[in-house]
Amino acid sequence: MELICPAGTPASLEAAVTAGADAVYCGFRDETNARNFPGLNFSREELRKGIAFAHRHGVKVLVAINTFARAGSFGLWQSAIDDAVAAGADALILADLATLDYAASRHPAQRLHVSVQAGAANPDAIRFYVESFGVRRVVLPRVLNVTEIAAIVPETGCETEVFVFGGLCVMEEGRCSLSSYATGQSPNMNGVCSPASHVAYAERGGRIVSTLGGFTINSFGKDEPAGYPTLCKGRFAVPTGSGYIFEEPVSLDAAVMLPALSKAGVTALKIEGRQRGRAYIAQVVRHFREILAAFEQGREVRPAGLAAMAEGQASTAGAYRRGWR
Amino acid sequence: MPDTNMTGPQAAPVRLPPWLARAIAPLPLAPLQPALALMLARIGRAHPDLYDRLGEHADKRFGIAPTDLPFAFVLEPKPRRPLARAVRTLPAGLDASIHGPLSGLIGMAEGRLDGDALFFSRILWVEGDVAAALALRNAVDDARIDFGAVLLGGFGPLGRHLADAVWQRLQGASAAPGGRGWN
Repeated sequence: MELICPAGTPASLEAAVTAGADAVYCGFRDETNARNFPGLNFSREELRKGIAFAHRHGVKVLVAINTFARAGSFGLWQSAIDDAVAAGADALILADLATLDYAASRHPAQRLHVSVQAGAANPDAIRFYVESFGVRRVVLPRVLNVTEIAAIVPETGCETEVFVFGGLCVMEEGRCSLSSYATGQSPNMNGVCSPASHVAYAERGGRIVSTLGGFTINSFGKDEPAGYPTLCKGRFAVPTGSGYIFEEPVSLDAAVMLPALSKAGVTALKIEGRQRGRAYIAQVVRHFREILAAFEQGREVRPAGLAAMAEGQASTAGAYRRGWR
Repeated sequence: MPDTNMTGPQAAPVRLPPWLARAIAPLPLAPLQPALALMLARIGRAHPDLYDRLGEHADKRFGIAPTDLPFAFVLEPKPRRPLARAVRTLPAGLDASIHGPLSGLIGMAEGRLDGDALFFSRILWVEGDVAAALALRNAVDDARIDFGAVLLGGFGPLGRHLADAVWQRLQGASAAPGGRGWN
């Protein structure tokens, strides 16, 4: 299985390559990718240099242009596709039908992947992308368990990629509007969930209170591990009590699922975290490279040591073995 | 900057002992100012891309507050006239401030520690303009600044050796912060 690793900056790309990535995914410094955060992402020149560096080390670069194009602004997405192809991207990661159609028509030789943002969670949807646009790989949404993945893989007609570590989106990837309601900016169209410009932290009564767009979404007591300021991981008062009603602040860690994912026929394993620092990139990539090597050599997989990197300092195997859905 | 060689879990930053903070509290800050100016000038010359990544946030005023030191820093990265100064307490009116132990702040700035992980573990926190703080973190992370070398590089190999020794001392007693399992 391939190891697909995140990079939010050129330094992170180099860290991922050095740490053992098979491929690195990244995006441009604009709304065309789903990690449009301040100080993050690549200029055209940085991408060109980054791809050259990666290729010198035998590593592929996948360019995420995985937001949904806004009416009247499609040129931004078209130029991102053209420029990524010109820079030598090994694949484009797309979600929007319009961007897939444009890329397939304008650059028929370019390898295309379906982003997790497309929410393609069943064989019929995936085959539609394969037959319509010739996509070669689909990144499966983080809502499927391993049994479902094993059932989908032989029916898709393309490679499959699944997340194994990092932040979790819950429920409706590519369709979530929680952040949009609070901030007016869409993660799916502007590329940023819980935009930092709308986040504030304040100390109240010994607790750190986080707000998004003026709405209080969580508070953390002294020494209580914190999470990202996203509504899906906020605490809410509901008739039955108060607490986390969507998801706790927790990161996916599916290292123990590698044998099952391999048996299911998955092609590639993806690490989330383009917004993270290069210390995270280096450590998590190296960790999974070591686990993969152990697995491929038939040695026991002993995942440990990434709790400190996890949101809320806690990890979950996520939907891969969740039973309550 | 040996970040890409890390193999173990992220080390918890070491807090300077309170006795040290008390011991240096009475010392004047004036001698620090030229060293800060020198360091900022060197960073600006060596890492011009940093300003491009900071974008609109380059003109903002940042507070850097080591929680284990009796003083803090005000940083104005402005490309034409960058300013940094040590202060007893952070002044009002800053756009954003970043708080945490000195070794955590340096480790994050040098890319040895992950800022989000420090935030999750409550070791580091941000006040004010979160977008500006995030831009600064990302820009500095990408710049791969070796603060020890920048500050002490003018002293040649001796300075470099001293920088390494200080860093080793700060990391000496570190241990990985714990985590709890979830399902």
